[in-house]
Amino acid sequence: MNVLKWFKAKISGPDFLLFVTVVLFVVMYIIGLIVYSGQGFGKMQTFMNMLIDNAALIIAAAGMTVVIITGGIDISVGSVVGLVCMMLAFMMEKMGMSAWTSIALVLVFGVVFGFVQGWLIAYLKIQPFIVTLAGMFFCRGLTAMISVEQIAILSNQTFLNMAKKNIYMPFGAVVNKRGIKLYPFIHPNVVIALAALLVIWYVLKYTKFGRSVFALGGNEQSAMLMGLNVRRTKLKAYMLNGFLASLAGFVFCLNTTSGFVEQARGFEMEAIASTVIGGTLLTGGVGTAIGSFFGVMIKAIIETYIRSNGTLSSWWNKIVLSALLCFFIVLQRVFAIIRSKRLK
Amino acid sequence: MDKDTVLTMRSIDKVFPGVQALKDVDFTLKKGEIHALMGENGAGKSTLIKVLTGVYLKDGGEIRIEGEENPIVNHSPEEAQRNGISTVYQEVNLCPNISVAENIFIGRQPLLPWGAVNWKKMNRMAEKALAKVGLELSVTRALGEYSVAIQQMVAIARAVDVEAKVLILDEPTSSLDDNEVKKLFEVMRSLKADGVAIIFVTHFLEQVYEVCDTITVLRNGELVGAYEIEDLPRVKLVASMLGHEYDDLSEIKSAAAETGEVDETDLVLEAEGLGRSGTIKPFDLKIRKGEVVGLTGLLGSGRSELARLLFCADRPDHGDLQFKKSPLKAHAPIDSIKQGMAFLPEDRKEEGIIADLSVRENLMIALQARTGMFRLLPMAKQMELAKQFIDTLRIKTASTETLVKQLSGGNQQKVILGRWLITNPEFLILDEPTRGIDVGTKAEIQKLIVRLSEEENVTIMFISSEIEEMLRTVDRLCVLCDREKTGELKNSGIGQHDVMTAIAGGV
Repeated sequence: MNVLKWFKAKISGPDFLLFVTVVLFVVMYIIGLIVYSGQGFGKMQTFMNMLIDNAALIIAAAGMTVVIITGGIDISVGSVVGLVCMMLAFMMEKMGMSAWTSIALVLVFGVVFGFVQGWLIAYLKIQPFIVTLAGMFFCRGLTAMISVEQIAILSNQTFLNMAKKNIYMPFGAVVNKRGIKLYPFIHPNVVIALAALLVIWYVLKYTKFGRSVFALGGNEQSAMLMGLNVRRTKLKAYMLNGFLASLAGFVFCLNTTSGFVEQARGFEMEAIASTVIGGTLLTGGVGTAIGSFFGVMIKAIIETYIRSNGTLSSWWNKIVLSALLCFFIVLQRVFAIIRSKRLK
Repeated sequence: MDKDTVLTMRSIDKVFPGVQALKDVDFTLKKGEIHALMGENGAGKSTLIKVLTGVYLKDGGEIRIEGEENPIVNHSPEEAQRNGISTVYQEVNLCPNISVAENIFIGRQPLLPWGAVNWKKMNRMAEKALAKVGLELSVTRALGEYSVAIQQMVAIARAVDVEAKVLILDEPTSSLDDNEVKKLFEVMRSLKADGVAIIFVTHFLEQVYEVCDTITVLRNGELVGAYEIEDLPRVKLVASMLGHEYDDLSEIKSAAAETGEVDETDLVLEAEGLGRSGTIKPFDLKIRKGEVVGLTGLLGSGRSELARLLFCADRPDHGDLQFKKSPLKAHAPIDSIKQGMAFLPEDRKEEGIIADLSVRENLMIALQARTGMFRLLPMAKQMELAKQFIDTLRIKTASTETLVKQLSGGNQQKVILGRWLITNPEFLILDEPTRGIDVGTKAEIQKLIVRLSEEENVTIMFISSEIEEMLRTVDRLCVLCDREKTGELKNSGIGQHDVMTAIAGGV
């Protein structure tokens, strides 16, 4: 009886969309366990690999969540990631800079870039889509200006160690054929991603800035009349997202250890898709960072399905993802309609 | 400044391009009083409020508030709030997506020592703030999950919580039902007892007399006067708002007794118990063919709302409507148009004229819509019709192809009127067709209305704020007050006084 009540409360409450996402994730995971148990889907390491492969996307989706809650969008993220990878590779390989200096520099670049975009959007009131479209072209062009050739990071040991270091979990060990206990591991990039996710969750829920982001996403005019500084809040949101985009770029680079012009193309769209699947409304005002995390993980499960199957084309990724997107957008709309009907 | 006075505004002027919106207006507010600000459309109420709250900058005069040595100037709503002036607007200006508690405290949330929002404390404080306005609800739920009425009360709770000296309520009751209004009044009275001064803007006479102490009346941007409530009976209030001298109460003859029965033959429209909650209370209405029926009442009394229901621009939620002896099956205006209705809306700039099309094209739109998009009217026919109506309506235009935006306001109005006349309507609704046009054109339109009904047997519903004009044109007047049809007057030998008495609720 209590379970039913809890279930009802979830369905009618404000967390409904998040709830659906989490349930979907759990259901898909269980399906994977049943269908692909022979391919090792149930292994802890498979799950850890999902995190390792998508660490950058988790960060980018968290940043995107903030921006979309304000009612905006940022489509420059993919290009920023590509540019950051190239900058890191160039600085470390060609200029011989240390890993830490390079990382600090790209993070500063991300904040500055976010500031410029945010200033144009908040103070000059230009459409976020256009501003970040320009930003997208700019970063991609800059990447090619730095180098058209791929630059692989081969010599900077600090960076390579960071990329390949295995952090073992104290649980979930599997004994292999030779009788050795193998503990599941993650790379440092997962730690960075989860830390960023936690910080964003906290910022959105517990800071004045975070709450203002929600208010202005709900109704900008009202937020202003209630005495909030709408413009400054917007600017901060884009700066935060710029920082997260460059952090995502750094984490992305940990996986690829190279810079390349075509890198992370369409990455921003994956971030937007994950955010929407995670229950964030594109109209603004509603969303959670945790939801976006599950959005990313749902995408990761689909990839794992396809890899486990072995015969399916990897383009099935996109088809399933598009179906899910449609499903969630329709769900959001239905949810909104039901809610407005109930009010009448 | 007097000891009891909280706020004085002296000789306030405000000019907009081409209009003097406020001219030498004085306004005085005492501690612990509820002060009604009354006036018809364009009287300057909202301009005065906006000057006070910092939305507009005044062009002249001074504002003084208790506790400040010097006159204050508010540059923004935020600054006005800091000066102790808090406002609740007609439309709810809150965020529907965040919780009730946040809506009350956003921007000034209680914080934990390390700077995080203290949700628990905020929710408790919100419950307390709402209790002050007599509301008990789950403050953690999103504001949008509650009805507009509750949202309005939350807005009031927010305004009260910032410890205002002056609370402005700008038509807060338009979305509330009777019970909610009662509750609001209780809150207002208890605030008054605490010494808060309240400015109350409303169109409902009933409410003014129930809760207010003082009335200030504005008309055409000028101060008519400030009165104690006892000194200003309803009829006088109506008269001063509408701008006629109302010298002696005893002069009223009881012409209202002639609320004649409608001749039941030849009915073209019958409404029974028709209404829509929140816009207009259920009413009965019978209209004969060829009759001109006027709707009279103050602004906001439900005139346009009634007309919109008949035209199906709004869907009624109860009652029956018969048009030409059969139930009107309409879901949208296009259905009503197809059955022979036409509606000239009040706001012609917004809803009527298409400025970048020619006179001919503007004239043809309604007819074209009726015949269907794919059966284009032949050009020759269009020209013939356009010329005919330019003639009969005496539209002053260089040619049929002149752009409508080049015409004067009065002529634009005639074009819209012509647009509907071309469709040969059997039932024509004219909502304020003469507002903002010159006297000559006004007279022409009035004549046209009379001629249409007498010669062409068109049934017309005529809405106007000017009683004189109504008396010249209509056969019968329906009186509306506070969103209710309160009576009917036959137009035979009645004068403006009778109509005003009726509007004030004396039928």
